[in-house]
Amino acid sequence: MQRLGPYFFILPAVAIMATGLLYPVIQAFYLSFFDWKIGTDLEDAPWVGFRHFIRMATDADVLESITVTLRFGFWTITIEMLLGVALALLLEKPIRGASLFRTVFILPLMISPVVVGLIWRYLFDARIGWINYYLGYLGIEPQVWLGDADLAFFAIVFTDIWQWTPFIFIIVIAGLQALPSEVLEASKIDGANWWQHILFVKLPMIRSILVIALLLRLIDVFRALEVMYILTGGGPGRATELLSLHIYNRAFDTQQLGYASAISVLLILIVFSLSFAILVIGNPMKDKADV
Amino acid sequence: MSGVRLSGVTKDFGTVSVIPSLDLDISEGEFVVIVGPSGCGKSTTLRMIAGLEPVTSGSIFIAGKDVTWAPPKQRDIAMVFQSYALYPHMNVAGNMSFALRLARTPREEVRSRVQRAAEMLELTDYLDRRPRDLSGGQRQRVAMGRAIVRDAYCFLFDEPLSNLDAKLRSAMRTELAILHKKLDRTMIYVTHDQIEAMTMADRIVIMDRGIVQQIGSPRDVYNAPVNRFVAGFIGSPAMNFLDGEIIGGDTPAVAGDGFNLKLSGRQAEAARSHRNHRVTIGLRPEHFNVSGAGGTEASVFAPIELEVQVAEYIGSSQFIAARIRDVPITASIEVGPDSAPLKSGEYQFDTSRIYLFDRESGEAIARP
Repeated sequence: MQRLGPYFFILPAVAIMATGLLYPVIQAFYLSFFDWKIGTDLEDAPWVGFRHFIRMATDADVLESITVTLRFGFWTITIEMLLGVALALLLEKPIRGASLFRTVFILPLMISPVVVGLIWRYLFDARIGWINYYLGYLGIEPQVWLGDADLAFFAIVFTDIWQWTPFIFIIVIAGLQALPSEVLEASKIDGANWWQHILFVKLPMIRSILVIALLLRLIDVFRALEVMYILTGGGPGRATELLSLHIYNRAFDTQQLGYASAISVLLILIVFSLSFAILVIGNPMKDKADV
Repeated sequence: MSGVRLSGVTKDFGTVSVIPSLDLDISEGEFVVIVGPSGCGKSTTLRMIAGLEPVTSGSIFIAGKDVTWAPPKQRDIAMVFQSYALYPHMNVAGNMSFALRLARTPREEVRSRVQRAAEMLELTDYLDRRPRDLSGGQRQRVAMGRAIVRDAYCFLFDEPLSNLDAKLRSAMRTELAILHKKLDRTMIYVTHDQIEAMTMADRIVIMDRGIVQQIGSPRDVYNAPVNRFVAGFIGSPAMNFLDGEIIGGDTPAVAGDGFNLKLSGRQAEAARSHRNHRVTIGLRPEHFNVSGAGGTEASVFAPIELEVQVAEYIGSSQFIAARIRDVPITASIEVGPDSAPLKSGEYQFDTSRIYLFDRESGEAIARP
């Protein structure tokens, strides 16, 4: 009984995790072995074995959406990290108005992605959008933001930066505020100037936090769906079709649920490896041994 | 004009005045310990010297230069913090050489200076380790090393030993004293531990509530405290205080509830000019004894009744926690290692070692 006791107590949590999280994953994996369409019985769906996975490996469309995702991830995460860290360093000091600005600044983070998509769809609208309207004052011709491949890609990158920079900002500012003040003072005594202080002391000391923020954003990039779905639907062409949106389009536009499931399995593997990397690389306890 | 000088320095935090006005003159090469209870402003004083805390008014001079508004790095100082404040992401060599690397010192010189400091502190085997892989004592040495490598004009220490265990602390005390001899630099050391102050300082600055109470050599502040606060703060175990009155005319005594001690020598002289004065009597624990033998030539013993509550055996002497009526008294009595626990009864006190303070102002009236 003594050995079973602990397991008994975590059983409810495990049961919920298993049904809520594990079941859909297993189901997706199971589905990927069938050629199934919506409206037909799963029992009648033909068994295709690993054929979906083999097809996926050479599918140019899948490859393209992965490329788009990585390109999207590169630009958004790079800019979000730079902006978020810079703003955190600027607003870390208790200057007048900093707390108000901090609150205003994290608002985008609290808006549902669907709403974000809608807001920016109107802002980017070629005919009635504010962006074209104000660009007009600067003498810039109205642009078809969401109809041009490069501009649409820029639009989704811009929207993502708008929504997610605050995320980096709050994580980094929390990390900065937890730094031991005596160590920071020691570096001033050692003669570090402003940027040496940041580059050689502050940033290295929050390294694990930066790694975690980066990987969390990377996972989010692979899961991003709603904003792109509403803003561009993946278009024009496939210019903004991220991996998860690609899966969605495969499943519900082209009715290839089995194949879409196979791509989902790939997505799960990618996200799983990234999550695992968080635990290994960025273990926050590693650097915290009482220094 | 050299050393470190504070002139009319004040410090307010908001509406609270932490340091009303501070003047301090520290000569070059001197080891000064600032000591006082927590909240007395000693750390704030050190941080103002370091440039980590701006002064509210007044001036600070280091090596004759007015550095009142200079940032820390322009003050030619090195500092050792209570928490060591090592850079967790750098190894020992990296921690020690950080300041030199920032100053773009040639690599060869950095290496030799780190090597020299590491040898001095017996850290040569640990240069590649990260702080988290070191023990408390080793981290402490690295923090010292980081300061030594700088070869700064003035070294500041903010309670650097308070996180160490008792044994290590006393070892580091000795090493610090040796270090001071070797480096021959001005050192300002802040602590709440009067033993650290007594053992290491050339001069002790005793602070209370932001005000310097006394500045003097360890011998001075122990033998000739200017007031009751200093007397109670310096000495371990702490001095006992009894309220009493000066009685008698030409053969004065001090008496109070449960005691009556005849005065002689200096104390008697002072008492004659303070007839019937209300005083606080200071008795150091180490000046009690059992037989009334020993002491110095000037010693005159007088009996005093103690009601012993606990006698702590510590080898050749015993610490006793006792009472005179309701007033708690500590005494440290040398009785040899084989004696039985001390009991209540008549003890002797060396009246040539009595301190007398004015009961209202706390100012010293007479001292040994």
